[in-house]
Formats: sequence, structure tokens, C-alpha cells
Amino acid sequence: MLELIQMEVNGKPVELAIDPRESLLDTLRNRLGLTSVKRGCEVGECGACTVLVDGHAVDSCIYLTVWAAGKRILTTEGLLGPNGELSPIQQAFVEEAAVQCGFCTPGLIMTAVEIVGTGRRYTRQELRKLISGHLCRCTGYQNILNAMERIVEEAYRAVQNGDVHCEIFPK
Amino acid sequence: MGIGTSLNRVDAYEKVTGSARYTDDLRPPNCLVARVVRSTIANGLVKSFDLTKALQVPGVVKIVTCFDVPDIQYPTPGHPWSVETAHQDVSDRKLLNRRVRIYGDDIAAVVAEDEVAAARAARLIQVEYEEYPAITTVEQAMAPGATPIHQEKPDNVLAHTSFRQGNASFQQAATQPGLRLVEGTYETQTVQHCHIEEPVSWAYQEKGRIVVVTSTQIPHIVRRVIGQALGIPWGKIRVIKPYIGGGFGNKQEVLYEPLNAFLTLQVGGRPVKLELSREETFAFTRVRHAIRFDLRTAVTPEGELVARKCVAHSNQGGYASHGHAIVANAVNGYRHLYRARDALELDAYTVYTNLSSGGAMRGYGIPQVDFAMESHMDDIAYALGIDPVELRLKNCMQPGYVDPGTGITCHSSGLVECMERGKQAISWEEKRRSYAHQTGPVRRGVGMAIFSYKTGVYPISLETASARLILNQDGSCQLQMGATEIGQGADTVFTQMAAQTIGVPEELVQIVSFQDTDTAPFDTGAYASRQTYVSGMAVRKTAEVFRGRLLEYAAWMLRRPQEGLDIREGRVTDLEGKHLLSLEELAMNAFYSLERSVHITAEETYHCKQNTFAFGACFAEVEVDIPVGKVQVLNIINVHDSGILINPKLAEAQVHGGMSMGLGYALSEQLQFDKNARPLNNNFLDYKLPTALDTPELQVEFVQTHDPTGPYGNKALGEPPAIPPAPAIRNAVLHATGVAVNSLPLNPQKLVEQFLAAGLIQEGGAGHV
Amino acid sequence: MYDLKSIYRASSVTDAIEALQQDPQAVVICGGSDVLIRIREGKLSDRPLVSIHGLPELSQIYLEPEGELVIGPAVPFAQVTRHPLIQRLVPALGEAVDQAGGPQLRNVGTIGGNICNGATSADSASTLLTLNAVVELTSPEGMRRVPLEEFYRGPGRVDLHPAELCTAIRIARKDYEGFYGHYIKYAQRNAMDIATLGCAVHVKLNQEKTAVEQLRLAFGVAAPTPIRCRETERLAAGLPLDRELLNLVGRTAVTEVNPRTSWRASREFRLQLVRELSQRALTEAARRAGGVLDA
Repeated sequence: MLELIQMEVNGKPVELAIDPRESLLDTLRNRLGLTSVKRGCEVGECGACTVLVDGHAVDSCIYLTVWAAGKRILTTEGLLGPNGELSPIQQAFVEEAAVQCGFCTPGLIMTAVEIVGTGRRYTRQELRKLISGHLCRCTGYQNILNAMERIVEEAYRAVQNGDVHCEIFPK
Repeated sequence: MGIGTSLNRVDAYEKVTGSARYTDDLRPPNCLVARVVRSTIANGLVKSFDLTKALQVPGVVKIVTCFDVPDIQYPTPGHPWSVETAHQDVSDRKLLNRRVRIYGDDIAAVVAEDEVAAARAARLIQVEYEEYPAITTVEQAMAPGATPIHQEKPDNVLAHTSFRQGNASFQQAATQPGLRLVEGTYETQTVQHCHIEEPVSWAYQEKGRIVVVTSTQIPHIVRRVIGQALGIPWGKIRVIKPYIGGGFGNKQEVLYEPLNAFLTLQVGGRPVKLELSREETFAFTRVRHAIRFDLRTAVTPEGELVARKCVAHSNQGGYASHGHAIVANAVNGYRHLYRARDALELDAYTVYTNLSSGGAMRGYGIPQVDFAMESHMDDIAYALGIDPVELRLKNCMQPGYVDPGTGITCHSSGLVECMERGKQAISWEEKRRSYAHQTGPVRRGVGMAIFSYKTGVYPISLETASARLILNQDGSCQLQMGATEIGQGADTVFTQMAAQTIGVPEELVQIVSFQDTDTAPFDTGAYASRQTYVSGMAVRKTAEVFRGRLLEYAAWMLRRPQEGLDIREGRVTDLEGKHLLSLEELAMNAFYSLERSVHITAEETYHCKQNTFAFGACFAEVEVDIPVGKVQVLNIINVHDSGILINPKLAEAQVHGGMSMGLGYALSEQLQFDKNARPLNNNFLDYKLPTALDTPELQVEFVQTHDPTGPYGNKALGEPPAIPPAPAIRNAVLHATGVAVNSLPLNPQKLVEQFLAAGLIQEGGAGHV
Repeated sequence: MYDLKSIYRASSVTDAIEALQQDPQAVVICGGSDVLIRIREGKLSDRPLVSIHGLPELSQIYLEPEGELVIGPAVPFAQVTRHPLIQRLVPALGEAVDQAGGPQLRNVGTIGGNICNGATSADSASTLLTLNAVVELTSPEGMRRVPLEEFYRGPGRVDLHPAELCTAIRIARKDYEGFYGHYIKYAQRNAMDIATLGCAVHVKLNQEKTAVEQLRLAFGVAAPTPIRCRETERLAAGLPLDRELLNLVGRTAVTEVNPRTSWRASREFRLQLVRELSQRALTEAARRAGGVLDA
């Protein structure tokens, strides 16, 4: 019944036995204890379970774990520095008061990682579209956009200065 | 530091790293899974079950049905309990119900090894029903011969209350010569809270007691209701509340914790998890009541309100939950905000139907009445040709107002300034003029609305809260609260309050973010925008006692009179601020002195017997694309008087969230049902919660009054922001198009229908005129 | 955890077709954003799945030597939008699929899945119809090509035989060259929504950019399947770009559609949208084509 698969999770190779019926959400939460990945709707409509698969944001609730074999998975747990330092994206969320109940937060942060990773500059309207796959009932998105705008700008400047190894970009 | 500073959230690190633990994150790996079996009719009776096939599904551990639960009816709302029988909440449901009162009613439950087995078994259970016609509207429910949904209420009217004020009847007052009579019927829709974390709990037995870990706003009330529902002593229950992913009132309700507690008993105390799906959350937890308001107002040509009448009918759905309290609060709000010179008549009805049960939701009836009342005020202004702001200024609540129904007093008011600031921000005068005579398919308008909101539930219900402070060896302290953090920032502002009153920096105050009813002080929880006001007073009172005990010990250590000592920035000083003793030295002595060991703690109860009004206004500018019925909000600002702000940045964030909820209420959200009371759109695809692309920039301003009754001059903030956007947007659409839309939401199809009726769109013609 | 019997990860198109042939109960799964949801709803529970998720053979976008544009059905929406050939040759298609769901869904949802589930609301469908797209289908019997318009057989029904797989979506050079398009998704929300009505236009103007040479107009959710409006197209051909043209298009389009009343929207409302959006989409497409349509 169980099947052995290999993938890279938060920078580390992982080999584990999974039930082929599992969503990536199930596997990350239940087998790997990565509980930043939240379940909000189970049908890809709320974005709370967003993780990066090979750098692209996907709703892990509608992504079968068997598809993740051989892929790179990144969750919020993978963003912290070696001594628990927040990444600049997380820091921006803290300082802009972009967090309330916190349930949509890890997913939004993962989308932010994908956006910031492009090193491009985006208008506020473009950012609205880029985060439109996340539902948030607490913030009206206002401070989330403020945090996004700030971090995108920082990333853009870093790229312009040739600093692509800057800590804004996840390893 | 202290009150009035924008401290980062104390739980922000945990939340941005994903290390904050919510209910399901703490679930033990061997947890069984429960699934509720739901009725496929809305009104009727379960005659029998056939469980044969379901019991054969591999992995099924237990199936219980409505024939197996205790014969006990219990209440579910998160109200403080009342020791007077007459004031107790309505007890109208059992753990599982044989009498089906909503589509999807809880009639059985499956416990299984995993969710696939539970779902398969639930699908295979066969049920035989006796079915009655579904009742979806108040009119159907009140019609002669309608099936009683609860035998205790043969006419389906859960409650009817009346209020009369003035020396004349409405009829007499309104027929005085020279008055204009303005009438309107305004209707609000059913909406849902949409917290992103679904209701979830898990329960197990330990030492003969039941432990329930749950996503709730009200852990102490959950404990009480589990005891009531199962008929066991309340002390046998322990409820633990971890971080919660939003509540907005839906978790100010005891939802499935009693059933979950019952289910663990059925499997020998093994841990059982009960998590709802999004579809279940939408339709089978609680919703905001749909209410119809019939309003009549007699007014002088100059705009003085002479006689006001409001009749409200609230669609309760199948179970009482908070019941009549919500529409009663709504009509009270109608009374509070504007005076009536000669006569005021209020009638409120709460009527059972077979729709989803109405319960508490951010604003507790006031978003509904504010839509009706503030739409009506604009209709009056329109009829009289007066500026809508002027009309409100002439009639709105003044400082010193004492509510004749409850005695609640207006101790402070920034309402007028809120209106002035809003006018300025939106360029009111200029835009009212320039948008007055538009033609063409796309038109703009500005509109506004105001509100008042009381703070907490006194004197309708008990207001009580406790806090505890415990000194640590290093001079820091734990702050333990029964009040709950649900995302609003309560833990952060309590930390600021304690720090301010003790005289220490916030880093020295460590708040305990989980509530465990075995150890957390008693508090009824997060609702009614009460916690900064009521629980905040408990923090202040406790911190004052704690500070006194620190100073007393310091005085003993220093051999100096206590009156000459102070605590500033975490150090004991003299009255000039000269450093005398660090708190760490003090604490180490208090713990380990061979001469005088004292474990310094403080715990105080604050029994609140006051209330006060918060105020605010919303101003909105819209652009209406008439041929396709789309409203785009170009500008929107909420201006609030919530007294002194404890943490301005978090306060602003609270307002953003409320405005967003108000925008969804205004334009897109509506839980729909078919004629058989079956929910149609109970998912995030079909229920139109605004995304970031549907949300405009949200502007916020505050008018900070100092309320003398608040612990730090503060008053209600949590719920108010959701109140005024809907009527402000409706009034802006009226200004833009001349079309008064009297029901929510102002969705495209409704707008196109009304624009067609008003001749703004010509069918088959050039598209528009 | 999903209630599925098994999942077979096909290594190639041939492999997938063999697997489908072996088990008539088997269901094809690609991006998963549709099939997994139906499994969860209990509509497809306990079935064997054949996964073509990310199959390289089906994940390419390229040009045939004679200029035919080929889109692999397993290409996710986001990659369709970003692809240089799409941006250069059929930008309106890239824009249309960029309005499906939200960003995460567009990273997994595929253009082939969008077509094969037969939904009238599919955001790619009406634009593909205006491009005269042809669906390439492969089965144990071999390969066949069906115009997309004929591929749709009814609500949720398409012309897929047992053990048959959609292996390409093809657009001939003559069907995109010289055409300029625009898609309007009308929904209650600006993201994460299903179309109340989708309206796609591709238009080719005369050399002077003053008149319509060829118009193609299609709608989603205006009938049980996505549909073309042939009569409107016929009447518009050769007409000058002016207000009268727009009136004609709006007026005629409503006679060619057959939307239904559902709890999502009424027939009347959808007809009003057909009337209005056909004009707006044409105005924008004509503008892109270099014409001026001063409505």
C-alpha cells in the first residue's frame, strides 16, 4: 500500500513511505510535521496550503504527493536562518502588521517568495493579482500588500546592485 | 513603549514562521477521525437508519445515531450563563437530532481510522425520513398552518419584543401637520464568517475527565456547554484553546465540541478529531442573520426626525443559537443613533425557518440595522433635498445621551469629528456637486454612513473577567488571561497594558497565548468588542495589585517607605526616578530570601458594570458601470472613534479587515439556498469573498477621544469597522445613478435588473442612455 | 487523503493509452485541479487514475514547419501565458487563461484539462474557438483531429472515445495570422472565479483599418457548450468600424446564444452581458488591430 518516494524538502533530501492517496498537504503535515502548511478548503480555493514546487507556488491540497517525486519543495519552515533569523520577507510581514490570525500567513509568504524570486519590480495592482489566490478575512490585504511592496522593492534594488546572493532570495 | 505605541505583535514571529500551533497542528498521530452524517432533507423526522453497509467499510470504528445520544437539549451561544432561568439561552438541540430542522442537520456520526473510511461509511448510511415542506422565509414560517419547527414554539416565532418611547404613538406623531413621511423596506442577506481555519477540535479522556482541544473564542463557555450537553459535572471537562485561525463570532458558539466529547466516550477515550469541511462550515455552523426592516419616519421639512418606527423580522434558521439577542441588539442600535422628537416604536421578531442557523457575527445585528437605517437616512435626505451629512448632524446621538432601554450612557463622542474628517478625505462637497447630473454608461457617486456601537454586553448580560500575573526570578512576569487572542491582537494589547501599569518594558511581560480551562483565569472570551474594555480593566486591576506587591517587597528590602518608591522602565526607583533596585534583584530575593520568601503573584476579577458607545463613519466613492452592473469602489475611508488606541498600527489593521468584510457584505457575499432550503454555494468558489483584486485601497483615520469608563480611555474597536461600508456604498450608488437599492448585496444581476427598471439601460437598444 | 483506488504514472502517451485500455474504469488525471475535486465530492471515488501529470510529450508549445501552432494539453495555464510563441502569435489566448482561478491554480491547471472536462465556462475555450482550434486525439485506433467546436458535445461532454487522450491543440497559421483578439471574462470577482459569461473576439481588419474583413465571436456560459456566433460574424464581415457595427453585433449575438437561468445568474442578465460584452470585446480587438472604433 505504501510507496517509497524521494524529494527535496526545504533543502534536504527526503525519502519516505507515503500512501499514494495522499495530497502533498497531507504528507507535509502528517509525515514531516511541517504544520505551517494549513488546510483551509481542500479544493484549491483559499491558498492557505501554498508551497513552492520547483519554485512555483501551488496549492498543496490539490497536488498529489506522488507527483512531487524528484522535485524541490519549499515551505515556510525552510525560510529561517540557521539561528532562527527571519527572512526579510517574514520581517516585512511582522513590521507591516500584515499578520492577524496568522492562518493564511505562511501560504502568502510562500507566494511572496516566488514573486520576490523573479527580482522584478511590480506595481501594487500587479501584486494584487499575484496574491489573488489567497483568501484572507482579517486584513483586507492592505498590510499584506504593504509588506509585499516593500520586499519586492528591496529585492529589485538588490538585483540592480548585482547582489543576487542577498538574503532576500531563499537558497 | 506602553499604551499608544505600535508594538509589533507578540505572536508575529510564531505566525510568520509557521511555528504557531493551531488545533490541528497539535493533534496526536493516532487520532481517530469523526465525520458528521447529515440529513438530506431540511424539515422532518428521522424514522430509521440502515447502517449495514456502512459498518462493513474497513476502518470504521463506531457509528452513533440520533437514537443513541443523551435525551438532553442544550444551548450553544457563547453568552455568559445566567443563574436566572428566564434569562438563560434557548436549549433547542441535542448532540444529534432526530427532528431534522435544517438541510444537513446532524443526525449521526461515524468514527473511523481515517477520513476516507469515514467519508465512505457516511455515504453508505441509509436513512428513512418523514418529510415536511421546507420553510425558507419568515413569511412561510409565520403563515397559518406552517409546520412548527420546534414544538416549544408552535407559531415558529422564537421571540417578539417591543419598545415604545415618547408621549404619542407613531401614528399620532406622524400625522401632525407639515411633516413628510418616508417609508422603506430594507433587507439584508445571509452571509458567513469565512474564518480561514475551519472549526476543528479533538478530544480524549484523561483521569476520568474529557479533554477537548478546540479552535474557539470562548474556552470557558465551551467547557460549560459540554457539561450541559452531556449531563456531566463541568469540572469533568477541560478545554484547551491554542492559536486560532479567525473566528468573527462563529467560534463564539459551541459548535461541535460537545459531540466530539461524546464521541471520545464512545471509543473508550481514544483521541477523536472532528474537523468540518469548508462546505460544512458555510452551511452547518452559523451565519449572519438575514433581517428585513420595515422603516417609517416622519420628518420636518428642515430635517428634524419627529417619529420613527422600525419593525424587524429576523430569519433565525433552524436553531436558536444567539437567537433573539441579535435582532434585539439591532433595534436597540436603531434607537441609539438618532433621536425621535415625539415617538419611537420598535418591534423585533425572531422566526425559526429551515435555513442555516443565525448566530453571532462581527457586529451582532448592527451591520444589518445600519444598512437599513443609513440607507433610510439617505432616502430621507433625498426626499427633503438636504445634504445627507447635514441630516445626520441634526439628529445623531450627543454626548451625555442615556439610552432609555438600557441606561447605557454616551460618555465620550467623536462622531461629529468623524464625519468632518470623512468629508474632507473624500472631498465630499465638491464631489456631491460635480457628480450630481451625470449621463452616460459609467457614472460616479459618493456616499456615507455612520454608526454607534456599544462596548461589551452590560447590562444585558454579565460582564466579568479575571487576569493573573506571576513574577519570575529574572524580574519578568507571566500574564495569564481567560480572554482570548483570535487574531485581533488581544495578547499584544494586554501585554502593553500590563507593562504600562506595572511600569516595565513589554519584553518583561510574557503573555500565555493558550487558554486551558484548568489553569487560565475565568473570562467569557472574545466577543462584543469587550476584551480591551472589560478584560483590559482586569489587566489593569491585576497589574496595579501586582505592582503594589512588588513595591511592598521592595520597600521591605530597601527598608524605605513604600510611598517613596516607584517602578519605572523595569526598575525600582525613588520618586525622582533614581535607580534603587532592579526587578531581578527584587525577584531573586522574593524567591530565595531565607528571611522572607514570597512568591509574588496577583489575580483579580473585574466585574464590569458600565458600558459606553464607540462611533464612526464611512465615506465611499464609487464608479458604476451601468450596462454590466459593476460597482468599483474608487475610494473608501473609515473614520473611527474607539477612544484611546492601545496600539495604533494594530487598530488600523483591525479596521482594514472590518472594511473588507463590509465591502463583501455590500457587493458580493450571499449564502444562497434553493426552495428546499438546500445550500447552493457553500464553498469559496461560489461564495464571493473578496480577493485582493476585489479590494480597493483601505483608508483609515481615528478620532481619539478619552473615554472615562475605559481602562485606558479605550472603547470598542473589534467589530465596528465592518458596520458602515455597506450603507455608504449603497448611498454612493444612489448618488451615482439615482437608483436606491434596498437589499444586499448590490451584486451585478440585481443592479442590472434595477437599472433596466429605472430605464438606465434600454433593452435591445444602444446599450444605454 | 483522496478516495482513489490506485494511481498509475504513465511514462508516455502510448503507455497512458495502454493503461486506459486495460481498465475501462480508469480516469485520466493531469493537473488535478478538476479531477481531485470531483474525487473529493464523491463523484469519482474509488477509481483507478492514470496520471499524465507533467508528461514531457504533452508539455510543449511549438510551431510546425508550415506555421501551425501546437499547444501540448498538459501545459499549465501560467506557462501558456508566459510562452513567447503564445505572446507573439495569439496573445489573447495567453490573456484568457491568465484569468482562470488564481496564480497557484494556473501553475497546475492545464489547457487540455480545461477543454476536456467539457465545461462551458472554460476560460480557454471561447478564445480557442475564435482561433478555429483543432483538437488532436490519440487512441489505440490511431490519431484523429476534431475541430474544437465539434469536440464539444453537450454540458460536460466531449468527443473523447474510450482510452483516447487529447494529445495536442492545434491552431493553423491562417487562423491567427492577421487576427487580433480580446477576451472578456465577466465574473463577480476579479480572481478565483468562474465566468458568468466569457466573450472572445478575434478580428481581422481591412488594409486601411477602417472595416472588418473577418470577425470571429464566441461565448462561454451562453449555451450548454462554448459557442461561436456565425450569423453575427457573417453580417459583420465587410462592415465599417462604427457605432452601427457594434449595435449590429450586440443585437445579433443575443439571437444566437441560449444561456440558461441558474442560481448563479439569470438568462436575462446573461443576455444583457452578451449584448454589452460582444461590443466591448470587439472594440478592444479592433483597437489592437490598429482600427479606431469610437463607440
